[in-house]
Parts: sequence; C-alpha cells; structure tokens
Amino acid sequence: MTAKVEVRGLVKSYEGKVVLRNVDLEVAPHEVVCLIGSSGSGKSTLLKCINLLVPIDEGDILLDGASITDPMVNPNVVRQKMGIVFQAFNLFPHMTVRQNIILSPAKVHGISKREADQRARELLERFGLAEKIDEYPDRLSGGQQQRVAIMRALATRPELMLFDEVTSALDPELVAEVLNVIRGLKDEGMTMVIATHEMGFARDVADKVCFLDDGVFLETGTPGQIFEAPSEPRTRQFLQRIVDAGRL
Amino acid sequence: MTGPPDDIRGPSLWTSIRRPRRHREEGARAAVIAAISTVAVLGLILWWVLSSEAWPEVQRQFFNPSHFMAAWPAVLGGFWLNIQMFAVAEVLILIAALILAMIRALRGPAFFPLRALVIGFIDLVRGIPIILLILLLGFGVPALQLPGVPNSPLFWGVAALVISYSAYTAEVYRAGIESVHESQRMAGRSLGLTQVQSLRYVTVPQAIRNVIPALLNGFVSLQKDVALVFVLGVREAVREAQIYNARTFNYTAYVAAAVLFLVASVPVARFADWYTERVRRRRQGVGGV
Repeated sequence: MTAKVEVRGLVKSYEGKVVLRNVDLEVAPHEVVCLIGSSGSGKSTLLKCINLLVPIDEGDILLDGASITDPMVNPNVVRQKMGIVFQAFNLFPHMTVRQNIILSPAKVHGISKREADQRARELLERFGLAEKIDEYPDRLSGGQQQRVAIMRALATRPELMLFDEVTSALDPELVAEVLNVIRGLKDEGMTMVIATHEMGFARDVADKVCFLDDGVFLETGTPGQIFEAPSEPRTRQFLQRIVDAGRL
Repeated sequence: MTGPPDDIRGPSLWTSIRRPRRHREEGARAAVIAAISTVAVLGLILWWVLSSEAWPEVQRQFFNPSHFMAAWPAVLGGFWLNIQMFAVAEVLILIAALILAMIRALRGPAFFPLRALVIGFIDLVRGIPIILLILLLGFGVPALQLPGVPNSPLFWGVAALVISYSAYTAEVYRAGIESVHESQRMAGRSLGLTQVQSLRYVTVPQAIRNVIPALLNGFVSLQKDVALVFVLGVREAVREAQIYNARTFNYTAYVAAAVLFLVASVPVARFADWYTERVRRRRQGVGGV
C-alpha cells in the first residue's frame, strides 16, 4: 500500500544551522504518528516542511506516492489536501469564528457560501461551540480558539492533519478539550502527524512514535516500545526528564 | 497565552471599547486652567503683533473686510474645484497605493521583476519634489499632443498628485503589512490561499486597521497640496486669489483662501487625532484587565 506521506532524506537548515539532518518518515493511511523530542529538536520544522511552508534543502516528500517538493508542483494545490494546526492558534483576529472557518472552503475550494456556512455550523455543533459562531477569536478561551483552529483546518476536508504542539500554549485545564478533539479524529480514521509534549496522550493515541533528537529520528516504534522499553540512551534520558517533571 | 475567563475579559478588540471613566471635577479644573492659559498666550501674541507700527498697513493689505467680501465668491468657487480634485485624487491614491504595496509584498523569485518595478517607481517619485512633478507633467504631457491623451493641465496636475502621493501612501501600507505577524500569513497559506488571496483576506484587512491614523494624516496633507496645481493656471482657490491680488494689489483674497483650507482640514486633523487615540486605548484595553 502506498504511504499517505513519505519523507526521504530530508535536510533543512535555517541560516547555516542544521535543523533536520537526513530524516526519513512513512505515514500509512489512517495512521497516527506522534513526534516527540525536546524543544528545538526539529518537530515543528518537519511539519512545516510537509505543509511546504518552508523550502527544504535536500530530500524528497511524497504525498500519495507523488513528490510534492518538486519545483513544478503548485504548493497551493498540495496544501488543499492537508490541514495544519499551530501552537499559537493563528486564528484571523479580524474575522468571526464563522468567517475563519469558511474562508478556505469558499475562496480556495470554490464551495458556495451557503454550503460552507452549513459545514461550519455542523463542525461547531459537533465540537460543542455552536453558540460561538459569530464571536471574534479574542472573546474565546485558548482551548476554544484552538478547537476553532482545528475546525478551520477540517472545513477543507483534508486527507491529512498536521498538529504542531497544539496544546503547548494552553493552560493545563484546557488541554483535555483539545486532545479529545484529536482523539475523535483518530476514531474517524484521519491520518495525522502530531508533534507533542503530551506523552500520556502520545502513548494513548499514536500508532507509531518517533523520537526526534538534534534533527534525526533516533528511535521509532510503537508507543509500547518507545515508552516502556526505549533502546537508545538518549530516549531514556528524555523520557526520564519527562517523568521527573511529573508529565508522564 | 490564554486570557482570563470570559466573565472578566475586557471588550473585544474588534467590536467596542468602553472609555475609562474620568473624574468630573478633575476634568472641570483642567478645562479652566487650559482656558486661562490659552487666553493669556493668545492675548500676548496678539498684543505683540498689534503693537507693530506697520500693523495698520498690514491690516489694510491682508485683513481688509471689503476686499474679503469682494474676493470671496471667486475664491469659494475655486475652492469647490480643490475639494473635487482632493476627492478624486484621494480615492485613486488609496487604490493605487494599495496595489503598489501588495505587489511589493509578494514573495518569490517569479515576482522579482514586478517588485523591482514598484521599488524603482517609488524611489523615482519620492526623489522628485512634488511641485516639479506637477510642472513637468502639467506642461510636458499636453505639449506632446499625443492623440487620445488628455491635454488639460487640470488632468495632469491631479495625475501628478496621484502619482506622488501613491508612492508615499504605498510605503504607509507597506509598514502596515509588515506589522501583521508572519504567523498570520502562514496560517493563510496553510489553508491553501494563494499569496494574493492571503494578502487580500488575511494580511491587508489587519494592515489597514493598523495604518488608518497614518492614512488620515496623508488626507490632511493632500487637502492642502491640491492647491499646488495653481502653478499650471488651474483656477482653483489659490489661483483665484492670485488673480484678485493681481487686479487689486490687495492680499486679503489669500487670507480668504487660507480660511477655506483651514475650515476644511481642521476637522479631518481632529478626527485623525481622535481616531488614533481610540486605537491606542483599544490596544491597551485588550489583555490588560
């Protein structure tokens, strides 16, 4: 079976500093992959590379078996097939929740305003935010904003969702509501790549966990392997720090 | 990152803002002090000017009521043309400058020629004094007698103003576009929006809100600079005043024109200040409870 996403030999540096050195990754359809590792290990950069938000230096990224890093490929078309959610929500502050959600369906996917509106309503009802439809983002709590950001990405019916530390900017009591949305997506069979610091969540939701250390995948395996029996000393060290911090 | 709970949050940045309540007594006291100080300062200046030996002569030359009345209809008629020129030019400037700024904001090597053209245009126009631009275009282009090209000095005078102000206003917009955080652009692009769509729906609406005070400042400036087309012989307020002066050797008509410009620009200037203050308060209101 063709992988949904395949990353081959990816190298990426910012201003001479290598962030990703020779990264390989395969994500099967309906698979949930969690990227773990300390801050600055390259998790965010990898997701941004897959979404073509930053140019890559070397290597290749394939979506459904076709290269998307080929210069001839239109990045706008590629991005229509995937959604990304950011750590800082990045909702558009001058638009209501409804306008945030229907922007891409209406302007990029050419869906009628009425249908896009209907879609926004359905999503908001499903995630329990129906009464916030005409609010501006700064009237919402962080957890609500992040859920709207997820809905905004889902409104385009993506085949792949990328999550970039989506709970890192939230107060602890708001984390669960966002993680539950992602759990719901797993149950529906969404293919996802999730960069996260929530180890309990990663163990729970991931089919595959990748430990990223200094720009390379040091260890990849099932949650059981990575969390119960890590073979690399660096992985053990990282997990021990998480345990010491009371986060696992 | 997250704000306080809903019940104690301030009003929305994008909806309304309550002005902080002031203590009335304090306000009244401040008003009295301001009034006394204003009267004192103005009185002093007035006394100083009026005590000049040449004042009666100056008054006859510049502040002559009968000349004021005589010149008024022609100057007012000319001023109507100033207002029309201003209105037409301002609309064109706001549109042209936004297009220039958006082109300048496009990224990627494919847009390099466009970007370079815009930067070249802005540099060129900003490097030429506006009065020269008006003279060169206003006398130069009609002299070419190109078929199909308007040859009225009025047309080219306004065109020169539009060209010059567009370059400056484009830089105002650019500052606004750059003030919108990069993550907004990224969010727009990640949703599949093209560069132009992302600018149009995401960046520019936020940018414009940020630069409205600066744009209003440009309004005030242009309101008076439209008078510069008088050098082309266009019969607007200053030109009419000049004609009156040439006929009567009395300068009161210029004062009449000055009064008209003042009456038109002070409200805009006050509005700009009021609006800037409102934006500042709003910004401070959000996040700080």
